Amino acid sequence: MVTVLSEIALALYIVGLILAIRTVYNDEPRQAGEWCNWILIIGLAVHSFAITYRYILTGNIPITSMHESSSFFAWSVMVIYFYIYYRFRFLVLGLFILPMVSILMLSSLILPSEIRPISPILRSYWLAFHTLFAFIGYASFTVAAGTGLMYLIQERHLKSKRPSWICTKLPSVQILDEINYKLIALGFPLHTLAIITGALWAEASLGSYWRWDPKEVWSLITWLIYALILHLRIVRGYRGRKAATLSIIGFLAVLFTYYGVNLLLKSYHLFQ
Amino acid sequence: MNLLVLGLNHKTAGVEIRERLAFSGDKLSIGLQKIKGLGHVKEVAILSTCNRVEVFVVTQQEGVFEDIKVQLSEIHGIETQLFSPHLYLYSGYEGVRHVFRVASSLDSMVVGEPQILGQLKEAYSFAQRQGTTGPVLNRLFSHAISTSKRVRTETRIAENAVSISYAAVELAKRIFTSLQGKRFMLIGAGEMAELAARHLINNGARDVVVANRTYQRACELATDFCGRAVDFKDFFSELVHIDIVICSTAASEYVIKKDQMQRLMRDRRNRPVFIIDISVPRNVDPAVNDIDNVYLYDVDDLQGVVDANKSGRAKEAEKAEGIVIEEVDRFISWLDSLQVVPTIVALRQKAEAIRDEEFKKFRNRFSNIGDEELKAVHYMGTAIINKLIHPSMVALKESGAEQTELVAMVKRLYNL
Repeated sequence: MVTVLSEIALALYIVGLILAIRTVYNDEPRQAGEWCNWILIIGLAVHSFAITYRYILTGNIPITSMHESSSFFAWSVMVIYFYIYYRFRFLVLGLFILPMVSILMLSSLILPSEIRPISPILRSYWLAFHTLFAFIGYASFTVAAGTGLMYLIQERHLKSKRPSWICTKLPSVQILDEINYKLIALGFPLHTLAIITGALWAEASLGSYWRWDPKEVWSLITWLIYALILHLRIVRGYRGRKAATLSIIGFLAVLFTYYGVNLLLKSYHLFQ
Repeated sequence: MNLLVLGLNHKTAGVEIRERLAFSGDKLSIGLQKIKGLGHVKEVAILSTCNRVEVFVVTQQEGVFEDIKVQLSEIHGIETQLFSPHLYLYSGYEGVRHVFRVASSLDSMVVGEPQILGQLKEAYSFAQRQGTTGPVLNRLFSHAISTSKRVRTETRIAENAVSISYAAVELAKRIFTSLQGKRFMLIGAGEMAELAARHLINNGARDVVVANRTYQRACELATDFCGRAVDFKDFFSELVHIDIVICSTAASEYVIKKDQMQRLMRDRRNRPVFIIDISVPRNVDPAVNDIDNVYLYDVDDLQGVVDANKSGRAKEAEKAEGIVIEEVDRFISWLDSLQVVPTIVALRQKAEAIRDEEFKKFRNRFSNIGDEELKAVHYMGTAIINKLIHPSMVALKESGAEQTELVAMVKRLYNL
């Protein structure tokens, strides 16, 4: 049942992506945009229902395996996407965000989804706080990287002196830079809280705050990258191209912390 | 009598060449006088804008354009071979058509933009004040102006005239989203800068700062735009607070250089800035565009933005071209009549002179003839010459392409 719901959500996201692409090519984008938006809203509703249903089935917050967390990651990205959409009203963002959401949903569906008794370490009220902070933080960084990429494309077009039709479809560089900054400013404290709650949780369950586990090390690296971005922005007045590029590098660190560590390195964080 | 148009524009030459051939300051009157001084040149006018440099010459000798090239090279201190490949030369019908197309803004970088007509009027009245125009150019320019008005009222070209200023505003929106509350600065106060400024204000831009070499003019413009004027030498320090810069001074060197701009960006904490350089020669170092968060567009660059809007106007432009051709035909027939009328007059005068002379001889010889008879003889003489020259006159008036030859032939036959 949960799998079927997730599949429906994925299908709706992909349809949303196709509609978003068509919106770009459409001369009358308002109508197509409206459709795209409704499909995505239904997709997110189905997705939310799937997560809630899983929560009822397992009795704890469904972020305890790669299957669950990928789905939750995708869900968080969609929430951030809608937050940005309703504040700044541009649909093109979907073009850059929905592929990532679809990949996350797809990987969630490929990974084993059976409900198994979870390890005793996870049976803790820390689980909810730690994972919520971590994934909403990740989601902010993901959307920030999306706007960073959009910034780089728009900037390149404007600098080339031959701005094509793409320029008119993308928002202005100033607003993209602003959103990029705001999302990192949102994601960074969340990521910090995720590390703090993680450390407290580790102390409570394993007896030490920090164990230099690869997951811990890579979250720290990620944290340092975003700390650097904020430092450069606030103190050195970094903006635009450099900030956008750094936000994409930060996102690559996020991806490695999330996927890379689990797939390539050995970590006690791996809860399969 | 022939009209020659020698020139280059934004299509044939880059801004680097155009800016070197631009007639700024004293050069315009020097150019007019020097070209007028050439043998065979009857009338001359020069149009020099940021998009084109054109010399209009009325002459009988086609070869004169080689001499004009040499003059251009001397006046601007630029070697002939540098600009020669970019030149176009139109004569006669094509020349008139070109002038009318330019006036109607069909040859503009931004088709339909209104500035060119004003520039053409200015070029004409300047040449007129310098005394280098004559009947042909006077008629040519007034006809060009009326053609432009016809095009403007009979086609929708002006309606969707996407001017350079408009393109600049669109571009600004890709950088700043909205111009609401944005601050901008005018450096130099040309007609074009003024137009761009009005567009920006209409789109919500605020806090205009005007810097101009003549402070008086800066103050005038500032009052116009409810902004403030600053001393020209202080403009750079003001740039820290500015979002959009429109640069259009007549300076021959860069007024904004790269290293200056780099320092400025540090002081601005990298807030984006949009610089529109509509001056020719350029006033902003093109390398400034390499600095992050600085977006520099010169006149040529703006064309790229405008290109997207061109296709929609193709149909209206076609209609406008039709109007231009109609008007060219009318002008050409006037120009031709200019050649024919003196010939006809001369022919008639010659015939009448012969009649009068023969009549005098007749009267002297037959002194006993009464007044009635004398009148009849005179009448007969008039009737003969009228009937004799009538076919030649009709042929001259109705002659088309072979008119010049026919005029020459008539002159030779009758020894006029």
